[in-house]
Amino acid sequence: MSTALRHSERQIPDRLTRPAARALKSWESLLAIVAIGIFVLNAWASPYFLDPWNLSDASFNFTEKAMIAFAMAMLIIAGEIDLSVGAIIALASTVMGVAMTAGAPTPVLVLLGLGTGLACGAFNGMLVARFGLPSIVVTIGTMSLFRGISYIILGDGAFTGYPDSFAWFGQGYVFWVITVELVIFTLAALVFGVLLHRTSFGRTVYAIGNNSVAARFSGIRVDRVRFILFLLTGLMSGIAAICLTSRLGSTRPSIASGFELEVVTIVVLGGVSILGGSGSIVGVVLAALVMGLVTFGLGLLNVPGIVMSVVVGALLIAVIAVPRLWAMARAKSRKR
Amino acid sequence: MSILRNILTTAAVASALMAGAAQAETTRIALVVKALGIGFFEAAHKGAEEAAKELGDVEIIYTGPTDTTAEGQIEVINSLIAQRVDAIAVSANDTDALVPTLKKAMDRGITVISWDSGVAPEGRMMNLNPSSAPLIGNTIIKLAADHLPEGGEVAVLSATTTSTNQNTWIEEMNKVAGNYPDVKVVGTVYGDDLADKSYREAQGLMQTYPNLKAIIAPTSVGIVAAAQAVTDAGKIGQVNVTGLGLPSEMAGHVKSGASKSFAIWNPIDLGYSATMIAYHLTKGEAKAEPGATIPIGRMGSVTLDDNNEAAMADPFTYDASNIDQFSSVF
Repeated sequence: MSTALRHSERQIPDRLTRPAARALKSWESLLAIVAIGIFVLNAWASPYFLDPWNLSDASFNFTEKAMIAFAMAMLIIAGEIDLSVGAIIALASTVMGVAMTAGAPTPVLVLLGLGTGLACGAFNGMLVARFGLPSIVVTIGTMSLFRGISYIILGDGAFTGYPDSFAWFGQGYVFWVITVELVIFTLAALVFGVLLHRTSFGRTVYAIGNNSVAARFSGIRVDRVRFILFLLTGLMSGIAAICLTSRLGSTRPSIASGFELEVVTIVVLGGVSILGGSGSIVGVVLAALVMGLVTFGLGLLNVPGIVMSVVVGALLIAVIAVPRLWAMARAKSRKR
Repeated sequence: MSILRNILTTAAVASALMAGAAQAETTRIALVVKALGIGFFEAAHKGAEEAAKELGDVEIIYTGPTDTTAEGQIEVINSLIAQRVDAIAVSANDTDALVPTLKKAMDRGITVISWDSGVAPEGRMMNLNPSSAPLIGNTIIKLAADHLPEGGEVAVLSATTTSTNQNTWIEEMNKVAGNYPDVKVVGTVYGDDLADKSYREAQGLMQTYPNLKAIIAPTSVGIVAAAQAVTDAGKIGQVNVTGLGLPSEMAGHVKSGASKSFAIWNPIDLGYSATMIAYHLTKGEAKAEPGATIPIGRMGSVTLDDNNEAAMADPFTYDASNIDQFSSVF
């Protein structure tokens, strides 16, 4: 009931703003300006910033998290959330480690990583879509469950000695400074961009996020869409697990701890409403770039990590709060 | 527009020139720690600055992630590689996960050593241990045994299950436990180097083992939490807390009697020695190869073993007689 009330407050404007003006005022252009600003500031503040190899190294700060953020964005737009993504990485990495120890070749490791991600996503999706449990509760539970299994298998040990060909995913280059991870990131952005913005599936995601009851009455198979979204998030976590494991060249159960919050931060910074119903993939891409540029830029200036997390927190709150405050100020002046 | 551009270009060129000039003169050594805001590493930083002053032409970059993750440390190291520092001396959060990144650093001509918590051999030129693991393992159980003439049950409160240091020390402790037949090690719990979790684990130990005589916490976070838990439970004199800790954080607990004694090497000496070694390797005045001897200033010198590892010194015991002298230092 409460969601119905919330959405009834939305207003339908008498006249739509023109597309050009809308694009200019949009969240994405604000983010793009922030990203360009940070880029210029970084280039000015550190003589080491504008080096292709350095920028290439820096891209690792966000590529893996951003891959998951695309799927997470769709999930949050549909009004759900998955906090178990870091734990899925840990479990997928552990499964790959077990297989590697048993002598499995790289293609098998990759399939197992993807398979584990999908299986974890299916488990989350089943609990949410089939049994109607709230996704935040389910995934807080599976967050401990999946990582717990890794801890049981590994204890205080580690899997090392992945085959050399496996290192390609996290340490390889496709062309010059373009890393394999950067290519996967770009492909994922394109695929999710098309899926969300150019397909009927994408429209149903928005519809569910805005009003799942109305969506159901419109003939949308809401639970099936939710299940698929959890599958996608699991799959992307599996891909991120392959990249991260390959980059670290080892697996420990503490791998990717805290990833879930960083992924959600990127998604929210990207302008996706945490209440569901709105957001875009372009915004998420820009948010990932902003996060990556900020952390790398501050790192180059040897700003302590503690200060860095304060900056990231302040940035997030500022970017979220400023438009809201702006709207409040405008509403106040209109009343007068 | 063009004026602005000129100013920006001039500023960029000037800063590039300045950086270039600075680089030519000074050796930039990055001291990468497990996480910032930990007393032990702040003390190591103090030692590194002392070495830098002694050497004259050294700039210390003290840095690390906010929490003890390998992923965070890799981000920090990537930005150090980008800055083309001359040397990286790292206390690793993960033995293996840092290897690919550190290899890349060495490929780009950066001297890489690990200290305190080591990196796998292929990811560094040499590793400086604060002491040797067998000595530490023996020290922590001996500290417990010294105050238990009758013997009794003791338990271990460690950091995380994946901490390289703690696991090695506990392993070594178990090896020599036979030399202390009256002391019975009944269990190991993990406080994850978090104050609140360590506190709860220590409480749990006292409840699970009512006859517990001592808690050995080979971690500076765990030992304080355990001493506090013992104090709060009113078991001072009944349960002795010992292990490895920082004098400044333990002073109160030594005076209250919750901890009769504990040990630690001197982190100031450790940061000092790591800096000395990084400097001599960068300048080509020493080589990192088995059997090589590297001078470490006022600490004398270290000799590398077959794994290119070296031990700095023996751990030092702190008790009521000397705690005041050291608690103001670190």
